[in-house]
Amino acid sequence: MPLIQELDYGTPIPVIGKTVSLTIDGVAVTVPAGTSVMAAAMTMGTAIPKLCATDSLEAFGSCRLCLVEIEGRRGTPASCTTPVEEGMVVHTQTERLADLRRGVMELYISDHPLDCLTCSANGDCELQDMAGAVGLREVRYGYAGENHLDAPQDTSNPYFTFEDSKCIVCSRCVRACEEVQGTFALTIQGRGFDSRVSPSGTDFFGSECVSCGACVQSCPTAALNENSIIALGQPEHSVITTCAYCGVGCSFKAEMKGSTVVRMVPYKHGKANEGHSCVKGRFAWGYATHRDRITKPMIREKITDPWREVSWNEALNHAAREFERIQAKYGRDSIGGITSSRCTNEETFLVQKLVRAAFGNNNVDTCARVCHSPTGYGLKTTLGTSAGTQDFASVDEADVIVVIGANPTDGHPVFASRMKRRLREGARLIIIDPRRIDLVRSPHIQADYHLPLQPGTNVAMINAIAHVIVTEGLIDEDYVRERCDLGDFESWARFIAEERHSPEAVEAMTGVPAADVRGAARLYATGGNAAIYYGLGVTEHSQGSTMVMGMANLAMATGNIGKAGAGVNPLRGQNNVQGSCDMGSFPHEFSGYRHVSDDATRNMFETLWGVPLQSEPGLRIPNMLDEAVAGTFKGLYIQGEDIAQSDPDTQHVTAGLKAMECVVIQDIFLNETAKYAHVFLPGSSFLEKDGTFTNAERRINRVRKVMSPLGGLADWEVTVALSNALGFPMSYSHPSEIMDEIARLTPSFAGVSYEKLDQLGSIQWPCNEAAPQGTPMMHVDRFVRGKGKFMITEFVPTEERTGPRFPLILTTGRILSQYNVGAQTRRTENSRWHEEDVLEIHPFDAESRGILDGDLVSLESRSGDIALRALISERMQPGVVYTTFHHAKTGANVITTDYSDWATNCPEYKVTAVQVRRTNRPSDWQARFFAEDQELKRISANAAE
Amino acid sequence: MPQLSQADLKRVSEIIAAHSSLDGPAVPILHALQEEFGYVPEETLSLLASALNLSRAEIHGTVTFYHDFRSKPAGKHVLKLCRAEACQAMNGPQIAEALLTQLGITWGETTPDGALTVEGVFCLGLCACAPSGLYDGEPIGRLNAELLEAVVQEVRGA
Repeated sequence: MPLIQELDYGTPIPVIGKTVSLTIDGVAVTVPAGTSVMAAAMTMGTAIPKLCATDSLEAFGSCRLCLVEIEGRRGTPASCTTPVEEGMVVHTQTERLADLRRGVMELYISDHPLDCLTCSANGDCELQDMAGAVGLREVRYGYAGENHLDAPQDTSNPYFTFEDSKCIVCSRCVRACEEVQGTFALTIQGRGFDSRVSPSGTDFFGSECVSCGACVQSCPTAALNENSIIALGQPEHSVITTCAYCGVGCSFKAEMKGSTVVRMVPYKHGKANEGHSCVKGRFAWGYATHRDRITKPMIREKITDPWREVSWNEALNHAAREFERIQAKYGRDSIGGITSSRCTNEETFLVQKLVRAAFGNNNVDTCARVCHSPTGYGLKTTLGTSAGTQDFASVDEADVIVVIGANPTDGHPVFASRMKRRLREGARLIIIDPRRIDLVRSPHIQADYHLPLQPGTNVAMINAIAHVIVTEGLIDEDYVRERCDLGDFESWARFIAEERHSPEAVEAMTGVPAADVRGAARLYATGGNAAIYYGLGVTEHSQGSTMVMGMANLAMATGNIGKAGAGVNPLRGQNNVQGSCDMGSFPHEFSGYRHVSDDATRNMFETLWGVPLQSEPGLRIPNMLDEAVAGTFKGLYIQGEDIAQSDPDTQHVTAGLKAMECVVIQDIFLNETAKYAHVFLPGSSFLEKDGTFTNAERRINRVRKVMSPLGGLADWEVTVALSNALGFPMSYSHPSEIMDEIARLTPSFAGVSYEKLDQLGSIQWPCNEAAPQGTPMMHVDRFVRGKGKFMITEFVPTEERTGPRFPLILTTGRILSQYNVGAQTRRTENSRWHEEDVLEIHPFDAESRGILDGDLVSLESRSGDIALRALISERMQPGVVYTTFHHAKTGANVITTDYSDWATNCPEYKVTAVQVRRTNRPSDWQARFFAEDQELKRISANAAE
Repeated sequence: MPQLSQADLKRVSEIIAAHSSLDGPAVPILHALQEEFGYVPEETLSLLASALNLSRAEIHGTVTFYHDFRSKPAGKHVLKLCRAEACQAMNGPQIAEALLTQLGITWGETTPDGALTVEGVFCLGLCACAPSGLYDGEPIGRLNAELLEAVVQEVRGA
């Protein structure tokens, strides 16, 4: 499709309220009360000239170009700051206005370079457009006066350039940074003629800027422009697609020149992001065409052999014959597959189909095993669905926001911006996190309560909060009586009221003063609409599932489920982790979370697929690895996942992989896991295929192909070909046909089709006869399971304990610029912000070990040891250290252990007992890593014909 | 640029704390800092931002908006000369330029001996006795070359 230019109404249009009728240029128009005259004019297609106004920002009234005449009023008011009134008669084009506007433009242009033809914004410049609109023909002031034409450029940010000489000081960037992103990194420096945009007197890279791109997006000239535009020129067509980073699932316009991406621009009509973006989705897409991409299939006999490039046919046949050989020798259950949360719903569905139908077993699992599997279990048990309860927009109506074990400003930045906007409007904030994350206190945001608990005591904390609510009479009794199972509620209330759950009783364990816990509990129960947002700090514990149920208990007890502004909301990690779970990636469930032992469901699949299916759950990822080490599991097909870096206890993972006879990796890069693989099938990035991703709010968004797969086949086509090679025929001409099959087999997707997705833009499941447009909010009148079920949540401390040998607790997390295993972001300029993983340590713990900021330190647990640099930080509490796992060479997961959630095996990444000391060399594992990294990634020089 | 001592930084914290409860405390704090140090030291800005939970950029925008806030110490004495319309009409520019030429500095600069800083201001509300100025905070009216020479003599003599 041609280049998409969304209409800009100039100012936001209120969504609700009564309407007002007025006349603009002789035409009657009716708009919501509170709409500006400028936006009202645009609704009837009349564009009033403007420079400082754009509808993502509140009206500012500084450029004086949007002046209008209003009958009965003196002067020429600015249409952006003038709200409509009943019966108003507005004239947008008169001789007087034309003179004024030309005069204003003359002043602007008298201090602006006249280099339109060689300017990077040529063809996409509002100043240029306005000069045309007002009919500017001369500048009577001349160009010789004092000006800013020699102002220096700021090229410090790797993705965009600030060309001060092109700046008209409209403040759009400053306001975007404040209103949209909420970082407040820009200001207008000086006054009068000296007024200039400034990132606090330093350069952009050294400032508070988080490189979200909101300023670039809002700039009407070339003052802030993408470096890719400067290098390549203006794009010629756009394709609407979905970001492939986090679970927010932002919609983007891929702006293209042929099959080259020129830039990714956040799409205003994308319901997850509404025109906002972060540094990853907006800028860090260059990995897709990075020289490290592997585009030829490869095989090898042994992992110590160099890879040999072969044809697709040879690779697929080799893989199929190997899997058949292994099954013949070791039994049907000796192989399995892992689906990818980075791939589309359709691709994920096909991989689990291949495992269940072509392998003939249920040995399929996915990376949700290691992140949000407790969410699925806990929310399904208590509420009836394995997903969050709200849409993102719900936060706009929250009065109290509780963030537990999540760091949204780093992990889910676009949603965090929305949350921060609500906080600036006055919502109260409770943070439950061992670290002092940015949301605890950052410009214009201040948590009412920060409960910095000891890692591993989540359940004790949630029980203490519930204890206060139960014993202080803060239960919403009507809600509980009407909506929940009363018997379960009463036994839960009796349990939670026991004195041993009081904030005072658990204070010694959690380390949080009881008074703060009581205050936070009262605020949650009585502060109005209360919404819980949580992340992996909840799930990645030995009691992850218990904690999820504890939060659901709390929300039900206070009537905070089934209405806007409330709910229990997992901030899901990967772009399609919700979708990969929905699609039946778990060994015990078909798509739509139906157990494989359910005869009716299984019969439906057997009938459509024409093969018998197993009724017993298959192996989970950790079981596969255990069985591999034990010698009974021999073959694995992994699509788009890097378990050798992402999964806990790396040395156990690699031991399992080394024990297998055929590991097939399908990925865009030769990743860590590929070092232990025998077949490599080139994967395709999100830019190279059609499909859908489902985000954290159950929103199914379209992914659209903008370029051909670099390896020749999209991921879904590879799975189809592998299945065909295995003798289980699959035949689809387009991913839409896969979605049709999903809809036919999955009640919650029954109404989903590509046609409807194109029509509605996106759909939140369930989408079926009962909800043909989808379901933004769950459990509105009743819980999906019928009555809400309160679960007893006994606190059982993890067996991972600190002691003399390992006195500190390590907890792991993410940072803004890198994503997960870093396979993508490490291959972009984002690494400029985070070149290596570091160990955050409190000054007290550092000093007692003689550690200085930047020292190389050894981090050791009972699983292994690594070396990395120390970062002394008061964000930590004494006794707790923190790191990230974005760099393979760091090996953060060498440290983490095999402890996991009791219900779902989700690893306990967040609690590992460790010791830290100074060192002067890499660990043995790291030394081996560096040696093997070369050895196991060799590609033979003799490429296949 | 002089570095603030530990004692100075303690004083900065005290000044910030003393004004923090005000409605809109940033400008009063900046005034108090300038009062204390004679200028607003760069390193106090991030302390101020952090204390008020504002961004560094916001504080930067505020401090640079007001010409009265100095980013480096002034001379021992400060002479502010009005450059607004009424004083211009009364021969202010000629008198001022003559003084600056004599001192060998321009607007906002300090004499090499550190004795005198000359700054422009825009209207002191003393138009009735234009051209006017402020010498170390004291108004002077009907300025002429002799009066300014007296100021210079006083400064040099001091």
